[in-house]
Amino acid sequence: MGILLSIRNLETSFYTGDGVVKAVNGIDLDIQDGRIVGLIGETGCGKSVLGLSILRLLPRNAEIRGKVFYKGQDILKLTEEEIRRLRGKEVALIPQNPSTSLNPVLKIGTQIAESLQLHRRLPREKAWGAAVDILRSLDLPNPEKRAEEYPHQLSGGMKQRVLAAVGIAGEPSLLIADEPTKGLDALIRVQVVEVLRRLVLQTGAAMLIITHDLKVAAGLCDELAVMYAGEIIEYGPAEQLLSSPEHPYARGLIASLPGNGLKPIEGFSPSLINLPAGCKFHPRCPFAIKACTEEHPRLVEIEEGHRVRCLLVDQSREPEKDLFNWNLQKEVG
Amino acid sequence: MSEVALKLRPQIQNLRQLKKNKAAMIGLIIILFFVFTAIFAPFIAPHDPYEQNLEKALLLPCKEYPMGTDELGRCIMSRIIFGTRISLQIGIIVTGITACTGVLLGMIAGYYGGILDEIIMRIVDILLAFPGLVLALAIAGLLGPGLFNVMLALTIVGWMGYARVVRGSVLSVKEKEFVETARALGAGDIYILFRHILPNVMAPVIVMATLGMGYVILAAAGLSFLGLGAQPPTPVWGAMLNNGRAFMRTAPHLTAFPGLAIMITVLAFNLLGDGLRDIFDPRLKEKKIE
Repeated sequence: MGILLSIRNLETSFYTGDGVVKAVNGIDLDIQDGRIVGLIGETGCGKSVLGLSILRLLPRNAEIRGKVFYKGQDILKLTEEEIRRLRGKEVALIPQNPSTSLNPVLKIGTQIAESLQLHRRLPREKAWGAAVDILRSLDLPNPEKRAEEYPHQLSGGMKQRVLAAVGIAGEPSLLIADEPTKGLDALIRVQVVEVLRRLVLQTGAAMLIITHDLKVAAGLCDELAVMYAGEIIEYGPAEQLLSSPEHPYARGLIASLPGNGLKPIEGFSPSLINLPAGCKFHPRCPFAIKACTEEHPRLVEIEEGHRVRCLLVDQSREPEKDLFNWNLQKEVG
Repeated sequence: MSEVALKLRPQIQNLRQLKKNKAAMIGLIIILFFVFTAIFAPFIAPHDPYEQNLEKALLLPCKEYPMGTDELGRCIMSRIIFGTRISLQIGIIVTGITACTGVLLGMIAGYYGGILDEIIMRIVDILLAFPGLVLALAIAGLLGPGLFNVMLALTIVGWMGYARVVRGSVLSVKEKEFVETARALGAGDIYILFRHILPNVMAPVIVMATLGMGYVILAAAGLSFLGLGAQPPTPVWGAMLNNGRAFMRTAPHLTAFPGLAIMITVLAFNLLGDGLRDIFDPRLKEKKIE
């Protein structure tokens, strides 16, 4: 399996009246062919910005630095026209909000067909048939009739499927699903997860799922990256990360799940304008030591493919390791 | 949600609502009647509108001449019927061109913003600073009389309203997520503008165009009353009014019937326009739902 997308030291900043908002700070991330990578973290940690940075869909006051290699080509160096041709055909975005992401005045068949006409160069009549086929493959009941309808006539789950259909119409190799389950109720959420899983199976595309829904991430992803304040603080195989998280923030996230005791993490995420020095999580971290306020931790590989950005698990800092374990036992006890 | 839903299915929902609105339906029927008259003018008119018969000058309405005759013995009814053609022609052509120009410039200004927006909107401001009819009069006066010049003058003073309204709508629609989605799927600017944004900003434009049609017909009548526009002996409502002015005391029907024709047409367009505005305005709709 080759590496499809490779992000190196990506930094995205927004220049606003209040100062520079550093939404993404030095992200490294690889996505391999056909794998599902989940990006989890709380609201405002820069997940969505990362997704949009890959497609260069940010407003004008944003600056993106670093490198994003897609099939060996640096996306950030492409011309506007080249990136436009990449969108939808190579990398497609499945947007957050099914109720507002479809054009209210166009039939849904038209909206899928236009993507087919644009990317696969299908003539109009064929594109319509193909659109209906895609809807059918996503188990939308009565696809011929649905294609003739307008978005407001569909339920939330159906709209999400239509959006998925629009997304895969160009047969992209990478799908970015931005909060695909946001604002959906539990039943529809299950349906959407099912649709996304099917998309990957059917198209063989790799997928980057941006979500704050750990359940969805657990059910879908091969690998998970936990983001905090614009950084990846833990990265690893999904099962391993969810069963034995190492970073205090990741552990806090998982402990905050309803099934695990609904324990919230104290405090709030830092403002992305004034980030704390040292480890960005130290003001909220129950295990913070003095070094955390000064030294910015590296992303350390603790096991094969499992990396953590925390001074306490850094093997090269032996003395704190004991302290960390001691704290952990105290916490568990 | 229901407000959105109602807005979404323009064709069917709105037709149904239009049928419920009595005033708008009356307006629509009158307009259709005038359109019919204009198309079949030669078959409907009882006489040749150009035929003079001085022996029968200034006749009051009678059996042969249902609206009487003018000072040259021409049948007023026939002239009004043929005048419908020119009035509607001016209305449709001028409104069509002003609406297209305004929509296009408004979309460019709203979508691209920046310096383009600044230039277009300042031109709009400058043109709006002049009273419309006076400016049209000045332009038509400069260009000289003639139907084409009047239409040109009315076009120059008429497009700014559309540009303003469309720019405002585009500013809000372009931030909508479906535009972002289209961009994420590789759509270009032109495609997004015409395919995704235009259909979403058309509702107010349709209302404005309908109301504008009445205004243009009235303005054209005003200009032709002042001797600009189509020249005699072409039958034009405004010019007929001016003609009859001299005989207002002795033969009021010379001014009354063309005046009525203008009034009814403009009224019809305004009724329809008001009805359409009620239908398209989401705020008014919400009230009805509650």
